[in-house]
Amino acid sequence: MVRSRNDGNALEPWSDPAAEPYVRISGVTKRFGDFAAVNDVSLDIYKGEIFCLLGGSGCGKSTLLRMLAGFETPSAGSVVLDAQDLAAIPPYQRPVNMMFQSYALFPHMTVEKNIAFGLEQEHLPKAQIAERVSQMLSIVRLTEYAKRRPHQLSGGQKQRVALARALVKRPKLLLLDEPLGALDRKLREHTQFELINIQQQLGVTFIVVTHDQEEAMTLASRIGVMNHGQIVQIGTPSQIYEAPNSKFVADFIGSVNLFEGRLIEAQEGQARIQCDELGGVVHVDYAVDASPGQSVCAAIRPERIHLLREPPEHTGENCVRGVVREIAYMGDMSIYLVQADGGKVVRVTQPNIARVTHGQRIEWDEQVYLTWRAGSPVVLTR
Amino acid sequence: MKTRGWFSRVMLWLGLAFLYLPIVLLVVFSFNASRLVTVWDADDSPTLRWYRALLTDHAVLDAAWLSIRVAAMTATGAAILGTLTGLALVRFGPFRGRAFLRGLSTAPLVMPEVITGLSMLLLFVSVEQVCRAAFGWQFDRGIVTITLAHITFTMTYVAVVVQSRLASCDDSLEEAALDLGARPAKVFFRITVPMIAPAILSGWLLAFTLSWDDVVVSQFVSGPGANTLPMVIFSKVRLGVNPSVNAFATLMVLIVGTGVLVAAWWLKRVEKRREREMRMAEAGQ
Repeated sequence: MVRSRNDGNALEPWSDPAAEPYVRISGVTKRFGDFAAVNDVSLDIYKGEIFCLLGGSGCGKSTLLRMLAGFETPSAGSVVLDAQDLAAIPPYQRPVNMMFQSYALFPHMTVEKNIAFGLEQEHLPKAQIAERVSQMLSIVRLTEYAKRRPHQLSGGQKQRVALARALVKRPKLLLLDEPLGALDRKLREHTQFELINIQQQLGVTFIVVTHDQEEAMTLASRIGVMNHGQIVQIGTPSQIYEAPNSKFVADFIGSVNLFEGRLIEAQEGQARIQCDELGGVVHVDYAVDASPGQSVCAAIRPERIHLLREPPEHTGENCVRGVVREIAYMGDMSIYLVQADGGKVVRVTQPNIARVTHGQRIEWDEQVYLTWRAGSPVVLTR
Repeated sequence: MKTRGWFSRVMLWLGLAFLYLPIVLLVVFSFNASRLVTVWDADDSPTLRWYRALLTDHAVLDAAWLSIRVAAMTATGAAILGTLTGLALVRFGPFRGRAFLRGLSTAPLVMPEVITGLSMLLLFVSVEQVCRAAFGWQFDRGIVTITLAHITFTMTYVAVVVQSRLASCDDSLEEAALDLGARPAKVFFRITVPMIAPAILSGWLLAFTLSWDDVVVSQFVSGPGANTLPMVIFSKVRLGVNPSVNAFATLMVLIVGTGVLVAAWWLKRVEKRREREMRMAEAGQ
């Protein structure tokens, strides 16, 4: 999350019970025949947020976005934007604009005409249209490209025209469908910061749909993870990453090791999980909402596991022995696949802090010890 | 470039001859001095005599003018109706009766022309009778009935061309226009029509050509005095053809050939420029 922190309360309106949501999606369902593409989704989004709907293909995120834009009608539920029910409003009268994944620039119009199109529909005076278009062009740094046609632009420029065209109408809500999906990697990183800057400059509320968790993590103030037409978890990027509420979320965001086991001890302030597939006991230093004997899952991120050659002083809990099966050298870090004594293959990443030279590094088939802090694993019950 | 074997070269020339020799012969014989179409008069040829004769042959000229008018009206009518049909089939979702409309709209493609012509004739005759009985209003078959009949079988072709173009077009363009506040009718004229304009144009040209050389349907639905050019040529052939027909055909080949060449050259130029501009845009990020 790279948003500037100007004042504390305005930054997290969702944690303030008195705050009034700007967009209220309640019980929205969309059925195509027997299939529910979106199933009873309720969401509150606050003014000025960048809210990301994150999920794999076919999880219903695009259908939800299309319902907000008015291209699909919900089978049930309601959408209220700024105290106005959107149900009966056709797409061409909604104070909502959309940036399409394909950009959908009109090929027979210049950049300028593309951006002016929306304002012309409002029958504004010509001078005012020209002024707002040129203002928008300068925000997206395309002033010298005003007279070009879409096919004369590069991918990044097209993306900025699409953004300008959607923003020039000053919508209450901007919907972005995979805004960076069509850009190459280098350009994406640059563009996502630019997107956040423009959003803050104009103060428009954004709803972004993406399947790319990296995109969601950097853009979003909050993320809603979707699966099978439902919202599985809503939270800030760090909440979603650090405290996933289910195996699905833990696995979908970043990479994770999931250790299946049985809760053998649950007390105030700590818990122990017997993991046979790991060949050891996972100990956490916080209370777990489950009863002894229940099968649970300990999720731990690969970068939170330490890889040691020598056995640590305290063996037993949160320490397992294993053999290195695979090593992938990525430059800034290395990925190790270590087979624990219990048979489970554990993924570990280690930053390559010093230059790796031959002889010092951990090699294939070497015996190693894996340890982690008691606060690192997340215990999941579903 | 690699030189090709003799076999390929022979086949190429045979193929070209198969396609174009008849037309070449037609052009050559249009300069023939003989009154008999198939006999070459070596003494007085070549001559422009039949071109001069053509200028005074009012039957052919009138028929040509009628054909042009019929073809232009047909093409325009077919372009409008065909576009609307294509739009309904592609963009209106799975409405009730879509499969039926699709079937109906492609039926004239496979219907024998004789049947189309006959059924159109039956329709016009019965409408005529009803009009006379009910309103005492009488009309003759002629340019209007020919045009209507031509529209019914040519709009199918336009619908097919427009349909395939629409299906390949990104429909998010239309959604984007809606989203930006344009009403559906405006979206159609500002976005959809420019997007499918090439298809509408080629549909128009197709309908024009089909109407221009239709004999069978016209034969059924035309009335006294309304003879299209193909009908006139056809009847001339039966009476022993006059070589001025050759001259006329040569002129047509010339006009059409020039048109096609110019269009191809122009399209190629536009395409080349577009490609260059796209390359430049990507290079100069």
